[in-house]
Amino acid sequence: MSDSPTGRLFADPDADRARAGFARLPRALVDKRMSVTEAVSRCIRDGDYLAIGGFGINRIPTAIVHEILRQKKQNLSFAGHTSTHDFQLLCAGNLTGRGQTLARVDIAYVVGLEARGLSPHARRVMESGTVEICEWTNYALAVRLQAAAMGVPFLPARTMLGTDTLQESAAKVIRCPFTDQQLVALPALYPDVAAIHVHEADIFGNCRLRGVSVADIELARASKRLIITCERLIPHEEIIREPHLTVIPFFCVEAVCEVPFGSFPGNMPGEYFSDETHLRKWLTVEKDPEAHLQFLEEHIFGVPNFDVYLEKCGGLPRLRELRSQEFLLSSVK
Amino acid sequence: MSYTPIELMIACASRVLEDGRTVAVGTGLPCAAAMLAQKTHAPNLVICFEAGGVAPQLPTMPISVGDSRTFHRAVMATSMADVMQFCQRGMMDYTFLSGAQIDPYGNLNSTRIGGTHQKPKVRLPGSGGACDLASFCWRTLIVMRHDAKKFVEKLDFLTSPGYLTGPGAREAAGLPKGTGPYRVITELAIFDFHPDTCRMRVLSVHPGITLAQVRSATGFQLAEAESMQETAKPTEEELRLLRKEVDPAGYILRRAG
Repeated sequence: MSDSPTGRLFADPDADRARAGFARLPRALVDKRMSVTEAVSRCIRDGDYLAIGGFGINRIPTAIVHEILRQKKQNLSFAGHTSTHDFQLLCAGNLTGRGQTLARVDIAYVVGLEARGLSPHARRVMESGTVEICEWTNYALAVRLQAAAMGVPFLPARTMLGTDTLQESAAKVIRCPFTDQQLVALPALYPDVAAIHVHEADIFGNCRLRGVSVADIELARASKRLIITCERLIPHEEIIREPHLTVIPFFCVEAVCEVPFGSFPGNMPGEYFSDETHLRKWLTVEKDPEAHLQFLEEHIFGVPNFDVYLEKCGGLPRLRELRSQEFLLSSVK
Repeated sequence: MSYTPIELMIACASRVLEDGRTVAVGTGLPCAAAMLAQKTHAPNLVICFEAGGVAPQLPTMPISVGDSRTFHRAVMATSMADVMQFCQRGMMDYTFLSGAQIDPYGNLNSTRIGGTHQKPKVRLPGSGGACDLASFCWRTLIVMRHDAKKFVEKLDFLTSPGYLTGPGAREAAGLPKGTGPYRVITELAIFDFHPDTCRMRVLSVHPGITLAQVRSATGFQLAEAESMQETAKPTEEELRLLRKEVDPAGYILRRAG
């Protein structure tokens, strides 16, 4: 490892500039409920650095990603942190005659849908040479968000060392001032905007979630603007009765959207399992660009909102089946 | 009792896992191997998933490393950083990895094939957590399909570290001491790494497979361990547990390819 890494930083790691931004955020306990359409139009700007919570297909804010596509947001940077269905969706804004949604991607995991295989359209996008990339790992991106959450410009770790992953990243190799140990310095990642789907929130944005938190605790604190979608709104009284359950406090949050079944077709812990039939169909239809476009038109581009998408995917009967699957129950006739 | 190559690979992988140890697994074959180990010789094996699931009692095969199954009846549902930091601190004994390419030092490629980095011929997912787990866990187990396109002298891209360029290279790069690839398990044979050269060598050849077949499916020079032998077949008990309890839906066992 003689040469230094060649990747480019897509977000400013400077802690003082980030502080100046955080200092300007409102702290008032105000009702932040709004529609998904309004949240996306108000909080996400062309050219922004975007991050999506959850784990690719688990507890993802699907409605926000659909709306980003409908509003044709352009020229985004993106944190590809085990990004599976969310990445497949964002790629639908590239090479589909709607400009270019994704312009720069920090990659830890993209293109694949884990055991389900690779997304043909995401591959087309990433093999077209039109998206600038920088390589990282899942832990490296989690640490970058942790550094931002801490308000420091970098954190050290012992990953990526000796690899081409490091070579194609924008990290730096440093030596520990105490032990002389060689380490990788990971620059803080302060996204301009993030969207996270949670189980419950109050109207001010205090959030609860169940199951694995992945990197969302860090992401919520690292982001300059944060959109929360929730399965259900709960009274503020309930939040303050059990404050130990709150994982994101209201003053980190800019918008709160109640979106029942908001992680569909993904899994939501304790609520519903992923719709594997729908996802399989999606991967199949992507093989043919024409059929894919028609599918996107029918499910996202030509649809007014997420509720209509849910209806098109089988509505409540299908969602009830996915709820049975989540609880390992056989389906009811 | 007859068995398939995938059943043999799962049985081989499960036998490597010792009782009372920790293992970071992904979905698919590694998960099946860890579940089989728990049901046979390693009831106290602690299974962890990188998205945050710690010590679940898996009711079925997870589809995603972060789905609800990965923390079903678990002792903890935590964060990715927390699980990765167990690994970085030295608390994770094993991990399972795979890749599109492997070289003689056990380095893995899961990032791209051909082309340039910004415009690859085939874009693969990238590291995910693989580079982290290969860097941190004490023993890395590699499970993959065996052919000369995958077993290559030089990788198109080094995503996750094996022994890098040979003895001492991991430590010189700053990776934790005493870590690295431990076994490679394919449908043809099991491999380990020579302690002096850090190069892959044949440890055992599967029943019905010849050493010549293994060599012709490998794109680099393969030595053999002095103690090289034939791999033990899966036992009837292992096959029964695999088919009836670990994967009754045939999610892994009957998957094509």
